[in-house]
Amino acid sequence: MTANQRDNLFKPARGFNKLSERLVVFLFGLFAFISIATTAGIVLTLGFETINFFQKVPLWRFLTDTQWTPLFVNPQYGIFVLLSGTFLTSVIAITVALPIGLLSAIYLSEYAPARVRRSIKPALEVLAGVPSVVFGYFALLFVTPLLQNFIPGLQGFNALSAGLVMGISITPLVGSISEDAIYSVPQSLRQGAYAMGCTKKEVVIGVVIPAALSGIVASFILAISRAVGETMIVTVAAGQNPTLTLNPLVSVQTMTSFIVQVSLGDAPTGTLAYNTLFVVGTSLFLITLLLNIFSFWFVRKFREKYE
Amino acid sequence: MLNQYTRRLIALASVGTLTFTLAACGGGQQAQNGGTEGETTGASEEDSQLSGSVAVDGSSTVFPITEAMAEEFQQKHPDVRVTVGVSGTGGGFKKFCNGETDISDASRPIKEVEKEACAEAGIEYIELPVAFDAISVIKNPANDWAECLTTEELETMWRPDAQGQIDNWNQVRDSFPDQRLSLYGPGVDSGTFDYFTEAIMGEGGASRGDYTASEDDNVIVQGVMSDQGGLGYLGLAYYEENQDELGAITIDDGNPDNGEGCIEPSTATVEEGTYQPLARPIFIYVRRSAAEEKPQVQAFIQFYMDAANRNLVSEVGYVALSDSIYQKALSRFEERKTGTVFEDGSTVGVKLNEVL
Repeated sequence: MTANQRDNLFKPARGFNKLSERLVVFLFGLFAFISIATTAGIVLTLGFETINFFQKVPLWRFLTDTQWTPLFVNPQYGIFVLLSGTFLTSVIAITVALPIGLLSAIYLSEYAPARVRRSIKPALEVLAGVPSVVFGYFALLFVTPLLQNFIPGLQGFNALSAGLVMGISITPLVGSISEDAIYSVPQSLRQGAYAMGCTKKEVVIGVVIPAALSGIVASFILAISRAVGETMIVTVAAGQNPTLTLNPLVSVQTMTSFIVQVSLGDAPTGTLAYNTLFVVGTSLFLITLLLNIFSFWFVRKFREKYE
Repeated sequence: MLNQYTRRLIALASVGTLTFTLAACGGGQQAQNGGTEGETTGASEEDSQLSGSVAVDGSSTVFPITEAMAEEFQQKHPDVRVTVGVSGTGGGFKKFCNGETDISDASRPIKEVEKEACAEAGIEYIELPVAFDAISVIKNPANDWAECLTTEELETMWRPDAQGQIDNWNQVRDSFPDQRLSLYGPGVDSGTFDYFTEAIMGEGGASRGDYTASEDDNVIVQGVMSDQGGLGYLGLAYYEENQDELGAITIDDGNPDNGEGCIEPSTATVEEGTYQPLARPIFIYVRRSAAEEKPQVQAFIQFYMDAANRNLVSEVGYVALSDSIYQKALSRFEERKTGTVFEDGSTVGVKLNEVL
């Protein structure tokens, strides 16, 4: 076999390869760019409509009014009314989701026998897959009547049962992500602690949890973002009555359920009703953005690296 | 590794099954709806040779009924085009008296100035009632104190300056208990909202804003049913269908001319004209020349006045007229009786059965 022949045999079609390589880079880049373009589009739309809103309504009214009735003859634009609803339901949800999620994550990763772990984790994931509208009606038609037996004066629509059920719905998120973080703490750390004579409890609390802290906090922040942005559960079960209150027993309106309420009717372009949709959307966006920035900062600052 | 995959697969499969089941439920319902529609439209196909157009405009209150009628009518007569506009009663009459439309939707009888405008343009019209627009005020079944409310008390609860002020039943009437008052009602885009504010506050759209406002009647019902101090209002048709679970409040408008004292909401009191001011007949006005010259307009009115199609009226949330009123209205149309029976432009206390 001559050298020439050998060259022919093993020479791949490089021209085509190069072309397809570049095509692939271009295609994948394009797809990555879609998400950036979408985000930019959302920010721009929100921004323009928000500016339109503040040309009609001064910012100080937006921040100081104690009622939120933009669609009625006596319009009031106090965003804190909706913020209080969102805050209230989210706090209740987080109070439920964080302890249950974290403790079940610790149990699953540190204590549970492999067999239990194998059956509980998929169950948690199925819970995460239940559509939120189902949770909403569960809160409205099951949890609320149940709670009314114990709590007289609990309204049919209330922040409490919406918050509780929302907590259950985001528990898997906390549990699953925290469990991944705890599970990935290197075995050598645990063994080291045992070698020092630590008990199991001391190992978990003193070594494993601090080591997994950044992942756990990331899961908390994600869960808070979910609770703030959650729509169907609060729309169905918390009512649509804008009230400035921190009383969990009465009906409140969250930012998301206001958007649903307005979108169900007519909101002709350019009207104030239409602009309020965007100004509420912007407020929501800012809150989740701040949470995400905080989470990003926290994870970078406190990440423990074990190589 | 394999374990992780199996677990994910199980989770995914469960979610998938759930979604599929839900989707299947939705599909089933749609198919059912399609079935019933098919039955009603398949009834008569013999006179489908009609063609041409029918121009309708006017009140947004009457629009849902005309729209429903037009849809069913066009399925029977695919060559007829019925266009239904929403210019409001006044705007509708303007076009009607200009000869631009064949039929005008109206939520009130024709006014004096509109009569003159029509007369000047030589437009003769036939006035036909199509349904009652009625509102029922509902309360929690456990509420044993408010059997009856006066229109003033309703105004106290709902007027714009009650916002943030009136939140207890004892502010409405001294003898009422100290109980939180929570209000439920339709949102600002609803015709029921417009009518209620007009009838109670005397000005369309004038309402407080701090109540649970929903375009979904079920939300209003759910709220009132689960809240002892709850009060709400919605279309009477919805109340009639769910009478067993809802408690209705009787209304006293302080005017003995249309029924003494408290009047309960029902089809009978609505038809008698005594359930005031929360019920009114709504109309269509047909141009006489259009009825005579255009067979498609004639067929559309006959379809509209057919008692067999009255379920369309209650489907869109209004109270259908009784058979005898439909019959009288139809014979008015066949005899081409023009003019209005409401000489002073008011429908209060008028018994349709007698005046037609």
